[in-house]
Amino acid sequence: MARAISTKQKLMWTALAWAFGLLMFFPILWTFLTSFKTEATAISDPPVWFFFDWTLENYAVVQERSNYPKALMNSIIISVGSTLLGIVIAVPAAWSMAFVPGKRTKDVLMWMLSTKMLPAVGVLYPLVLLAKWLGVMDSRLLLVVVLMLINLPIIVWMLYTYFKEIPGEILEASRMDGADLRSEILYVLTPMALPGIASTILLNIILAWNEAFWTILLTTVDAAPLTAFIASFSAPEGLFYAKLSAASMMAIAPILVMGWFSQKQLVRGLTFGAVK
Amino acid sequence: MATAHSKSAARLMIAPAVFVLLVWMLVPLCMTLYFSFADYRPLRGIFEPWVGFDNYARFFDSSAFLGAVGTTLLMVAGILSITIIGGVMMALLLDRPMFGQGIVRILVIAPFFVMPTVSALVWKNMFFNVDNGLFSYFYKYLGLQPYDFLSQAPLFSIVVIVAWQWLPFATLILLTAVQSLDSEQLEASEMDGAPALSRFRFIILPHLSRAITVVILIQTIFLLSIFAEIFVTTNGAFGTRTLTYLVYQRVLESQNVGLGSAGGIVAVILANIIAIFLMRIVGKNLDS
Repeated sequence: MARAISTKQKLMWTALAWAFGLLMFFPILWTFLTSFKTEATAISDPPVWFFFDWTLENYAVVQERSNYPKALMNSIIISVGSTLLGIVIAVPAAWSMAFVPGKRTKDVLMWMLSTKMLPAVGVLYPLVLLAKWLGVMDSRLLLVVVLMLINLPIIVWMLYTYFKEIPGEILEASRMDGADLRSEILYVLTPMALPGIASTILLNIILAWNEAFWTILLTTVDAAPLTAFIASFSAPEGLFYAKLSAASMMAIAPILVMGWFSQKQLVRGLTFGAVK
Repeated sequence: MATAHSKSAARLMIAPAVFVLLVWMLVPLCMTLYFSFADYRPLRGIFEPWVGFDNYARFFDSSAFLGAVGTTLLMVAGILSITIIGGVMMALLLDRPMFGQGIVRILVIAPFFVMPTVSALVWKNMFFNVDNGLFSYFYKYLGLQPYDFLSQAPLFSIVVIVAWQWLPFATLILLTAVQSLDSEQLEASEMDGAPALSRFRFIILPHLSRAITVVILIQTIFLLSIFAEIFVTTNGAFGTRTLTYLVYQRVLESQNVGLGSAGGIVAVILANIIAIFLMRIVGKNLDS
């Protein structure tokens, strides 16, 4: 039974929630504002909020830096590449575990999950050594493969939970109606599986985009993505707040938008179905 | 209809995923294990393949190790308490009737999608900086002496940065759990005159306990490997060197691979202890 809630109460909760929401969002908002200031306004005392001469200069300066376009390109290639490679390997696996479960399916799933819990430092040196030995240190290929491997358990797990929701009866019904295997996959299963695959891709691009252990330690110049590019701002260089802000905004804006779309999948993808 | 034919096809379909993960897990881990029993310092050209447990003994003996374990525990505990307490409060708040709920949710979740190097650098420079940081202006406005966060309270500063990134995660998962709460039970208890605090204590908290456990376990696994936030703020100085960071320094900076590998194995064992508990919960849920 729904109770009537007084408008006054609702207004109170609204005010409180918005206050906390804005507090959490404030660092991003402040970075956004600073990115449109001149370096001098960025550190003016007292701080200026909205009323200053908005300028796009910082964005132009950062883009002209020789390595920004390359870092952006590397980020895109590494995050999209590792996700798609992971999908290609994970779809058949998740598919067969969901539709033809065997006695050991559960054990295999749990084991895959356990590989995700291996701390990265435990394998840091061997990986550097192997990469040097194979001559792939500081290459996009290396990062595509490594990020694929660290996210593969999450990809398999997410796809498995999505595929599990597709009712098996519908397959039998289509077979009764005389559908062959090809049209069964093409017209019955694929349309039902696509939303799940799409959400999995979205969340894993986000995770790969923000990965900041392997991307920093396995790259120097050629394959360095945005995480490493931004880390190069850690040594202060005179007045640089506005430029740091502009670079930061360019690095996080696309992912922020994608992230808002994938809120729901986040819970499913990162709790492995333990919270519903 | 699972026939023998489709069963073997199914096994074939799982094979690539199992194979790459098996190689990924076993090869480097065995190498680390092997190095951990060797005296291997490539910069000095030293390689002695078997020194027994020397590396482990030295790792446990050094004050750096105990310090790093202490720092790791403090950091993880600090971040966990902020995110769990804050997350429960935020989840309950977001569940209330309000205007613009969707937008507030988006605002709250946003920090989770900011890449770690960006959030660390933004906090370090634009908030914590003693000359030009926003907090310093605030201190001055109140007539106080500006506080140099990263050199006077470095561990606390990093806890704040990482907690800001993970509070959205805790909030989102706890909100999912709050929304599955049986509202009739709550209303009944309210009609019976139960005060808000005991409603929270006896109905809401028990309902959330599982979600809280999951958040604690998952976050702990990720938090044990915090790296970028330390890398760009203090670089492990001023008592912010965690176990992960110590191993990184031993292996890549001072190139004492044997000692670092021993530390790596210790980190693996510690993470596994936590992982066992998490797997149990996930496994139970898979059955139901």
